[in-house]
Amino acid sequence: MLLQLNSEIKIKGETLSELPHDLYIPPDALEVFLETFEGPLDLLLYLIRKHNLDILDIPMAQLTAQYMVYVEKMKVIKLELAADYLLMSAMLIEIKSRMLLPKPAEIAEEDDPRAELVRRLMEYEAIKLAAARLDAMPQVGVDISVAAAYYQHISEIKPPEVSLDELVEAWRNVLKRAKLNSHHKIGKAELSVREHMSQILRRLKADGMVEFSALFDMADDGLAKLVVNFLAILELAKEGLIRMTQQQAFSPIYLQANVSE
Amino acid sequence: MKEPDNIVEFKQVLEAALLTSPSPLALDDMLKLFAGRMERTTLRMLLDELKQDWSEKTLELVQVATGYRFQAKSQFSEFIMRLSPERQTKYSRAVMETLAIIAYRQPVTRGDIEQIRGVAVNPNVMRQLQERDWIDVVGQREVPGRPSLYATTKHFLDDLNLRSLAELPVMDDFEQTEIPLEN
Repeated sequence: MLLQLNSEIKIKGETLSELPHDLYIPPDALEVFLETFEGPLDLLLYLIRKHNLDILDIPMAQLTAQYMVYVEKMKVIKLELAADYLLMSAMLIEIKSRMLLPKPAEIAEEDDPRAELVRRLMEYEAIKLAAARLDAMPQVGVDISVAAAYYQHISEIKPPEVSLDELVEAWRNVLKRAKLNSHHKIGKAELSVREHMSQILRRLKADGMVEFSALFDMADDGLAKLVVNFLAILELAKEGLIRMTQQQAFSPIYLQANVSE
Repeated sequence: MKEPDNIVEFKQVLEAALLTSPSPLALDDMLKLFAGRMERTTLRMLLDELKQDWSEKTLELVQVATGYRFQAKSQFSEFIMRLSPERQTKYSRAVMETLAIIAYRQPVTRGDIEQIRGVAVNPNVMRQLQERDWIDVVGQREVPGRPSLYATTKHFLDDLNLRSLAELPVMDDFEQTEIPLEN
């Protein structure tokens, strides 16, 4: 029966110098070969579609010999892919053995052992066709040019407004903490609002954005100095030299120099 | 400019926004343009009109997965592409087949992909597709190892000019002959 089958295989007699005729891959061609096909399913599909290979027509002796040579070769080439081919060979040999062996009477109704392989081959072929279709579809950047007229998107950041009440509240907190830290220092320091204004501006220039309470040295400055400092801040704000921002009520107030254009 | 209050002005605002947007504009984005003074159905109607208005010009208004965008009509691609001599290299068959499996069978695990292709999945292939933002992980299959489930993204659909996966070529249309089992 097998002999008869073999005579019908069209692959026999065809001379192909580059592509393989069956699942036997000469060891020295293995590397080239692994790059040509996407895997054993791809190869098998090729052999079936192009050369009408019968799944049953597998040279078992050669395949077994191939196992042994591969094990040696695997040390240097793509081990994973070679393993996939070996798995396929083993599966085909199993199918062939089952086809050749007489079936015990009780499992006479067994499914064709080739059916599952054929299902997988058909599914893989469908995916191959799908991949080719996807590849042929127009693609942005290749066949599709998306219009993009120039526009400078400027996101306007509106600084939050600070209400007078919040400023007063912040000031009260400063005073409260100042009381806790008061050392009853008596000094005759010349306290000028203007001087403090400059100091604050200098600080803002160096540090950029400063939190309101950070401008008050509660531990060392006397109450008078703190008051002057606060007046200086108010004066700076009034003259538009600084900008005060606050994200929400009673959250920290930040000061920064008002950079004029 | 005062708030638009007639069809011509509405369309002008839409047109300017669509032409300058770096990515497709969804209906919700476009509703924001009119600060709540626009109905969805009216917006759709305006977009249809805008599409008509441009039908004789070099650009066309198309709808893709994430929204609407203007793009050059296909007959001009050939010329436009000459401006970028570095043509994109083609994806390998491994990449395309993996993409096809994810597109048609999603959500799938690497194991599913390996089962269909009969070979191990090269991590590079998955990385290429993820970097392109064409696939992403949408969850884990509740089996030992909790393998990641992959699906295609809306960006993938946008790039292929599709509105949904339903617009992919139908697999049943592929010409496939049965593999004969001789006995």
